[in-house]
Amino acid sequence: MVIGIEGKHSLIQNYIRMNKTWWKIFGSVLVIYTAIAGLLLGVPRLPILNESIRNLYFHVPMWFAMIVLFSISVFYSIKSLSSKSEIDDMKAVESVNAGIIFGLLGLVTGAIWAKYTWGQFWSFDPKQNFAAISILLYFAYLILRNSIDEEQKRAKISAIYNIFAFPMMVVLLFVLPRLKDSLHPGNGGNPGFNSYDLDSRMRMVFYPACLGWILIGYWVYSIRFRIRSIENKQQAN
Amino acid sequence: MKKILFSIILMFATVQLFAQDNGVEMADKLRSDGKIYVVVTCIVIILVGLLAYLFSIDKRLKKIEKEKPTKN
Repeated sequence: MVIGIEGKHSLIQNYIRMNKTWWKIFGSVLVIYTAIAGLLLGVPRLPILNESIRNLYFHVPMWFAMIVLFSISVFYSIKSLSSKSEIDDMKAVESVNAGIIFGLLGLVTGAIWAKYTWGQFWSFDPKQNFAAISILLYFAYLILRNSIDEEQKRAKISAIYNIFAFPMMVVLLFVLPRLKDSLHPGNGGNPGFNSYDLDSRMRMVFYPACLGWILIGYWVYSIRFRIRSIENKQQAN
Repeated sequence: MKKILFSIILMFATVQLFAQDNGVEMADKLRSDGKIYVVVTCIVIILVGLLAYLFSIDKRLKKIEKEKPTKN
């Protein structure tokens, strides 16, 4: 099977080419800035949260990075159904692989934060439960892939599964928790950080943090994809 | 470079002065001690180390990608 690494590149890909360095440095600088400014700049003085409000700069960007990676995955899954290209399929898998790391980090940091604000690591809060389920959905995606040996079939079935898993993940993370009472900000009767807590001082750190971690996540995905395409070439030879 | 770094640190140190005390307990003692900078330094060292490691992985991968076409 002949695989051309230099395939067609979309507009975004031309700007964020995997082998370019500038966006990796940019992402690194943003993440380091987040660590410094996130700990030193002023934050609103709120009861219960106290200093732990700074976790917003580290816990939430994990989820943003995960969602961006899963979006990349579903994009390439749809693309692979029409293009039947193995590269698109590999991109879909590797972005899920990278996204799951960020999802797990988000879940663990969320549990630790919950311990000191809600009282328990796991209080079976709707947001926590649904976040865990949405990660399980993607574990199922990987297991489904591994259970099919034939490449064409594997690409097609897992792409279709992914197209169903993505809206499920969106519903589980953003719709269902809002319908129930949840301790997590932004759900149930609980106001989100956006309403009054996230003041201009926090925005100065929060937005760069999200962008920085998304770029780092994309970087991890690109490394995984490049390794996989080399492995794939070796197998084909 | 040292001057710039020093002025940035001083700038961050003054930011806390704007914080208003409304009775909610924050880690003000840690900040006034200046020990928060120890924490920040550690976190930054870890992050820089991990990111440098990522860059080195990326460099090695680029090398492998480059030598691939000649072999085939």
